[in-house]
Amino acid sequence: MAESANVVQATETLDDGLMVQLVGEIDLTSSPRLRTELMTLLESNPERLVVDLQSVPLMDSSGVATLIEVLQVQRNAGRKLVLCGLQEKVQSVFEITRLNEVFLIVEDLQSAKQA
Amino acid sequence: MDVMDPAEITIQLKSKPELVCIVRSAAETAALACKMDPKAAGQVKLAVTEALANVMNHGYKGAVDGPIWVKLTIEEKDNRCGLHIQIEDECQGVDLSKIKSRPLDEVRPGGLGVHIMQQIMDTVEYQQRPAGRGICLRMSKYTEAPEQTD
Repeated sequence: MAESANVVQATETLDDGLMVQLVGEIDLTSSPRLRTELMTLLESNPERLVVDLQSVPLMDSSGVATLIEVLQVQRNAGRKLVLCGLQEKVQSVFEITRLNEVFLIVEDLQSAKQA
Repeated sequence: MDVMDPAEITIQLKSKPELVCIVRSAAETAALACKMDPKAAGQVKLAVTEALANVMNHGYKGAVDGPIWVKLTIEEKDNRCGLHIQIEDECQGVDLSKIKSRPLDEVRPGGLGVHIMQQIMDTVEYQQRPAGRGICLRMSKYTEAPEQTD
């Protein structure tokens, strides 16, 4: 089968950091690539990393684990990770695992830039 | 799809991660046929994803040639529709007592799959297959049948 495409569809420089837009289902097939892509982006030390999930219809525990790693990197460096645009099914994963109490999750991109 | 008699779908696959999307789509479709709402069907899709990821990552330890059998059964009974999912493998040396969720107050990567499955499905049960030939996971989710209108 064909190799999976990049999970990070687009990036945008913010005044205080970086916004990344993810696309597609994030599972055990795509999360290793997502991890590599996000860790590379973190090398620029963004004060604020906004992850836009509006084009992600499914995220499994491997995707969540990747975001936990990113969160830990950002927090350990005194920086911020903001998630936005979660679809209902993805939001429920964070609720089931109670990680909605750990991550900073906002509704949309505009809110994420100010959170 | 009008579900009256039990409907059974069987899928056999190898432990290749890129095949998981096919099976989980079938599970979601079966959940919708079982009159679940789209959110619940999406959660069933996630539960199947987690179950297969556990088999591939922990059972077969990344080997891509391990056999997996998935059976989806839709059953309407006593005004309830049930979706029963059975996933069997030939993974060796798996200690069933170690298949469990971890405390959620530990914020760290990994170990959330079983918790997610248990939260989504109404029942989740692991058993050894006969003669020690792998593991059988059975999980079910039920939905109330809509009231009949004359």
